[in-house]
Amino acid sequence: MSERILMQGNEAMARGLVENGCIVATSYPGTPASEILSSVMAWQKAEGLAMHVEWAINEKVALEIAYTASQSGLRSAVAMKQVGLNVASDPLLSAAYLGVTGGFIVISADDPGPHSSQTEQDSRLLAMLAKIPVLDPGSPAQAREFTALAFELSEAFQVPVLLRPTTRVCHACQDILPAEVNKLQRKADFRKDPARWAATPNFRYRLHLDLNRKLADIAAHEPTAPRLLNPGAASSRAVVASGVAAAHAREILENLGLWDGLPLFQVIQPYPLHDTFVRNILDTYEEILVLEETAGVIELQLRDRARVRGKVSGAVPEAGELLPELIEHIVAEFAGMPFDPVSTPPASGGRRPTLCPGCPHRASFYAIKKAAPKGIYPSDIGCYTLGLNLGGVDTVLCMGASVSQAAGFHQTYRVSGEQRDVVATIGDSTFFHSGIPPLIDAVSQGAKFVLVILDNSTTAMTGNQPTPAVPLPGRVPVAIAPVVEGCGVRFCKTGDPLDLPGFTHLVGEAVEFARNEGVAVVIAKSPCLVDRTRPRLPRRQVEVSETCTGCRVCTSQFECPALVYDGNTKKVTVDLLICSGCGVCIDVCPSRSITGREEGP
Amino acid sequence: MISQQLILSGVGGQGILFITRLLAETAIAKGLPVMTSETHGMAQRGGIVISHLKVGGFSSPLVRPGRADGMIALKPENALLHRHFLADSGWIGVNASSLPEGRGDLPVFPVPADSLALEMKAPRSVNLIVLGRVLAEAGRLFCDFEDVRLILEKKLATKPSLLQSSLEAFRAGADFAQRAGC
Repeated sequence: MSERILMQGNEAMARGLVENGCIVATSYPGTPASEILSSVMAWQKAEGLAMHVEWAINEKVALEIAYTASQSGLRSAVAMKQVGLNVASDPLLSAAYLGVTGGFIVISADDPGPHSSQTEQDSRLLAMLAKIPVLDPGSPAQAREFTALAFELSEAFQVPVLLRPTTRVCHACQDILPAEVNKLQRKADFRKDPARWAATPNFRYRLHLDLNRKLADIAAHEPTAPRLLNPGAASSRAVVASGVAAAHAREILENLGLWDGLPLFQVIQPYPLHDTFVRNILDTYEEILVLEETAGVIELQLRDRARVRGKVSGAVPEAGELLPELIEHIVAEFAGMPFDPVSTPPASGGRRPTLCPGCPHRASFYAIKKAAPKGIYPSDIGCYTLGLNLGGVDTVLCMGASVSQAAGFHQTYRVSGEQRDVVATIGDSTFFHSGIPPLIDAVSQGAKFVLVILDNSTTAMTGNQPTPAVPLPGRVPVAIAPVVEGCGVRFCKTGDPLDLPGFTHLVGEAVEFARNEGVAVVIAKSPCLVDRTRPRLPRRQVEVSETCTGCRVCTSQFECPALVYDGNTKKVTVDLLICSGCGVCIDVCPSRSITGREEGP
Repeated sequence: MISQQLILSGVGGQGILFITRLLAETAIAKGLPVMTSETHGMAQRGGIVISHLKVGGFSSPLVRPGRADGMIALKPENALLHRHFLADSGWIGVNASSLPEGRGDLPVFPVPADSLALEMKAPRSVNLIVLGRVLAEAGRLFCDFEDVRLILEKKLATKPSLLQSSLEAFRAGADFAQRAGC
């Protein structure tokens, strides 16, 4: 390839993995990391490479599979979002002790803001906990460059390397010139060494000492040392930045006329921070400003509280995204320059995300509210979290927690001598990810609740990655119902939520079973409308007649964005630009004022 | 070197990402460095979607408030929501018949893209109609109508029927400007 092409940060990382001889790549989708693996798949196909690339059932499994490839001498990588790293932390911390053979990269994408996550956690802190090096790219081009650095670092010190991009790297695009794929021609070669690969606690102590020695050496590894971006600048002050904060700072120094007057260091490897760098910067500069997301990881390693400004010192906010306008303010203040406050966004406005028009989840939530109007509704992570908007979601904790929380509510009320209807919702992909162990737990502990598995046969929120139930060439599909039955559930029925009356009846039946017998599972089966791999079906054209009373049940209780209340006419109209023609609202309207007729696709 | 910072704003499903990448690829074809920042995840489900597009020698993917040269808004309310990004010399291309409460001194290029799209039975083409409308204003963007048309044809080369309806929408936006005597 000889042309510069537009690459998203995630595509660029994928390109870097493929260019540098990665053979096994695994992932579980999650914003902002989702496009990494799909891009690896695309590059693999385009280059005709022999690789194993898999969407694993969850991040723990994904990490373990990729790590095993590394134990066998191949270069491998696993990609996930930051909360996924929590799930995968158990094997990661152990793998840090055992070390690697083939280069092994763990990509954990952080989401300062957060834009699409439960937490703003800083994966670099988890690298510190695991005692592994972490690289912090500041642009798509660097994200690609750092995959090469990470593989070299990993093989030089036989240690897993964390690559930590953030949303503004993953979902930035840049013109990049791809390089040739370096085919390393390695074959799987697992060398038995039980003292290492199956180490007992006694050996683990020695491995821990080894790891500490590795870290000391990594803190002197030249290729990942901090880079001074403006070597001509001279001052008694300096700015130290990493990730996209360094990219923002670079542009801001230029705009403020400080490029020649304020040295800017980009830290490539925030942990372990290079020893020589720490010594030099503290010896050379009187005051140091540290700009990084989201925690003060670099700052904590600069051992001089009095002269270092950052998150810990209070100069930089400890929560939220470090937006460039914020950095501009902080840098100007640090440099002792006057600063004009910029124009600010309006205090209100915008619109909340909502389930798509025609989304089958909306019908499922409406049916659940009808069947168990006084129920408690634990839910989970996915598009269907947006069931919040129509009052169908009471709790969201983390992947798979809907099932454990449903059991928890049952037990909590039971000991108080009460029984509440509990109807939990979980997506099909989330059910596979971590919904199965809590379901077994609930059955064996005699919990009583309804679990509605929202089965749209895809991982919708993150861009329609396949679930284990999807039949694909070379894969064995695993159906949900037999898994549920295998967990010991005695009520497991499947229905179509778009048949609202029928589905409401089915959920009612499940509520009745749960009150008397135990866990009941309803599989709400209807495909995702956003999934473009599916053919478009003929759709109904929906109309609202003159008999509309303006009661607004359809806009508030059903909350379809294609139904719009007109304050002038005091009636509801259909936004034909976005209506999918699912026709569920026909059954929702109390005055039967919504009608539909069949149309072509 | 040409240097331009743009904000593209709409709601999930309107195709903000598509026109952002279309413009970014046009920049590359013209030999210009480009950076963009996209919205993904939950906001794509009908929430506010904003793209930043920077053509020229930039290192940060984000446009700071008060620095955008122009904004393309696929909903009139987005033009108000994000106008703080605009520089004093900025302009707004917007999907609306006119922009109510617009900043009086800013040039506004409106086009009623919703109704044009419905007339053309192409409800997903609002994005290209508005982009066509803005490109009818000579010298506002770093590229012209023909530059973008070539990239659009390249991007959709394998989808002939989508390409045809997309080109029609793109032209309809530009033609509207001519018809309205803008």
